[in-house]
Amino acid sequence: MTHEPYDKKTASDIVASFGARPEMLVQILHAFVDRFAWISEDAIRQLAAELNLSRAEVHGVVSYYHDFRTEAPGKHIVKICAAEACQAMGSRKLSAHATAELDGEDVTLEPVYCLGNCACSPAIMVDGKTYGRVSNERFDEIMASLGESG
Amino acid sequence: MATRVYVPRETAAVSVGADDVAIAIARCAKENSESIELVRNGSWGATWLEPLVEVLVDGKRIAYGNVAAGDVPALFDAGFLRGGENKNRLGASNEIPYLINQDRWTFWRCGLIEPLNIDDFRAHQGFKAFEKAVGMGAEAVIEAVKTSGLRGRGGAGFPTGIKWQTVADAEGEQKYIACNADEGDSGTFSDRILMEGDPLGLIEGMMISGFAVGATRGYIYLRSEYPLTHSILSRAIDTARDAGWLGENIQDSGFDFDIELHLGAGSYVCGEETAMLESLEGKQGIVRYKPPLPAHEGLFGAPTVVNNVVTLASVANIMNLGGEKYASFGVDRSKGTLAFQLAGNIKRGGLVEKGFGITLRELIEDWGGGTASGRPVKAVQVGGPLGAYIPAEQLDTPLDYEAFIEIGAMVGHGGIVVFDDTANMAQQARFAMEFCAIESCGKCTPCRIGSTRGVEVIDRMIAGTERAANYDLLVELCDTMEGASLCAMGGMTPFPVRSVLKYFAEDFASAVGADE
Repeated sequence: MTHEPYDKKTASDIVASFGARPEMLVQILHAFVDRFAWISEDAIRQLAAELNLSRAEVHGVVSYYHDFRTEAPGKHIVKICAAEACQAMGSRKLSAHATAELDGEDVTLEPVYCLGNCACSPAIMVDGKTYGRVSNERFDEIMASLGESG
Repeated sequence: MATRVYVPRETAAVSVGADDVAIAIARCAKENSESIELVRNGSWGATWLEPLVEVLVDGKRIAYGNVAAGDVPALFDAGFLRGGENKNRLGASNEIPYLINQDRWTFWRCGLIEPLNIDDFRAHQGFKAFEKAVGMGAEAVIEAVKTSGLRGRGGAGFPTGIKWQTVADAEGEQKYIACNADEGDSGTFSDRILMEGDPLGLIEGMMISGFAVGATRGYIYLRSEYPLTHSILSRAIDTARDAGWLGENIQDSGFDFDIELHLGAGSYVCGEETAMLESLEGKQGIVRYKPPLPAHEGLFGAPTVVNNVVTLASVANIMNLGGEKYASFGVDRSKGTLAFQLAGNIKRGGLVEKGFGITLRELIEDWGGGTASGRPVKAVQVGGPLGAYIPAEQLDTPLDYEAFIEIGAMVGHGGIVVFDDTANMAQQARFAMEFCAIESCGKCTPCRIGSTRGVEVIDRMIAGTERAANYDLLVELCDTMEGASLCAMGGMTPFPVRSVLKYFAEDFASAVGADE
């Protein structure tokens, strides 16, 4: 996944594209994450100023939602579904396998609670793409294919 | 003439290789100098057969199931463009028992049409229901919805017609339709299949709702875990607007209506209607006190219809075919159809739209074919993470709202998650509390603190520390959460926990190291 470093001008353009409406804060934060990968303290200050909100209000929203990370993620983001349907198909074992396999790699590994792919459990999401029927072997193949494409 | 080939562009199908299959088919067609027209349809919902490729032969769609990209050269060798015999061949799509034995009221266009092709949508009754609604007038629309007996399909089961009437009667310059597409329950994907397979059908349902209650603006709150859905739905909204089906004075009806698509941000509790409204306003998704009801003071304080995707989409055929016809499906106070979703450890997982009253056993055994592992069913969780774990002895319970309440369970959004006999249910009870601790919005104490204490108590029971005393403590904690929480998150987390205590108490003794 390619992201840009945080840039005040770009951020300002994003805010403007949402009409600088404070009720669009959640949507603006998504656009920030798509562009910059994570939400920095600078971004929070700028959003507060441009949306006429307090920093506490913006910080509150950023910290409330799982999607808005406040640290730079690894080169790849791997989410393993940890909800019931995937548990019923061995997601706990898959998660243990992934944790061992990705140890020391520049990959952010985190749980997700349902990808809506419950008839193809266990499911994972890698860099925004959903995969189903993921055995340990298929997991390794998916990770290897990322290496190839850089 | 080009042969039409259908390859679903739907999350589940794509998650098991449908895009690669589409690419392989296009490449092989070129190599074999065959002229094809590749259509990316939605899914029929027979997820276990995905990727399910179809070929139009003499006006009949011939299905090939579980096609991998590597199978494609062999399919061409077998002459699949003319319906040739092959290991993947299933026969005509409209003869597959899993599909034809359903009561497809809401999902009938899913799989059938090209989702973003407005001409195809129009050729399959698209916007006819809206036109009919405008002809009937707002009051008659609400009466038809009341007659249908339709209840909210998001899980709470509130009568839709009464909700619409309340918003129609409420005072307010601006009213809203807020479509809840935050399908967070594990084991559910019917909203997603509908939005990916028939997004214009949802838009039409929202238009009808807006017309009925006098709302000119609609919002769709879609969970961020559905990126492909987001792409399809946002294009569908643009398509509808470009064709004059959204915007001002729609098709000279004098009715204005437009839709804005919002993304959630990974919070489960935002599926609760008031938390969703907060999130739509750009705030933390923290639950509101009720009253006031959203129908009186909802989005931005205005009267708001909050309905689930399937609820809204079901209304179109209620206009087309009449409320009485819809009410002829189902039983007692559970009228109509529900899109059941077979998930987890199940051989033939997917979507089954049937009238209420079908039993769990029929769905799991006749449609689902039992567990994927081939082992006995141990427990079934219906209605998402807040639903009870139902033991195998109760599989003959009919799926209707009231029958499920009687056994301490809930139908919810119709998700059915099957576990085989290797599952440790004490671990599942622990997860129920753990999930509540992770996802609690934090506004009320029983949910915020109770869930964390619940994990600790269950850990002590699993470890064998004063098991009897901790059992009593857990029951008391469940009483407190159930009676004193602000919303269903804390109030219903005890359901799965209690069901494990009632039916699977022996699993606490064997939970150490289970399923690790």
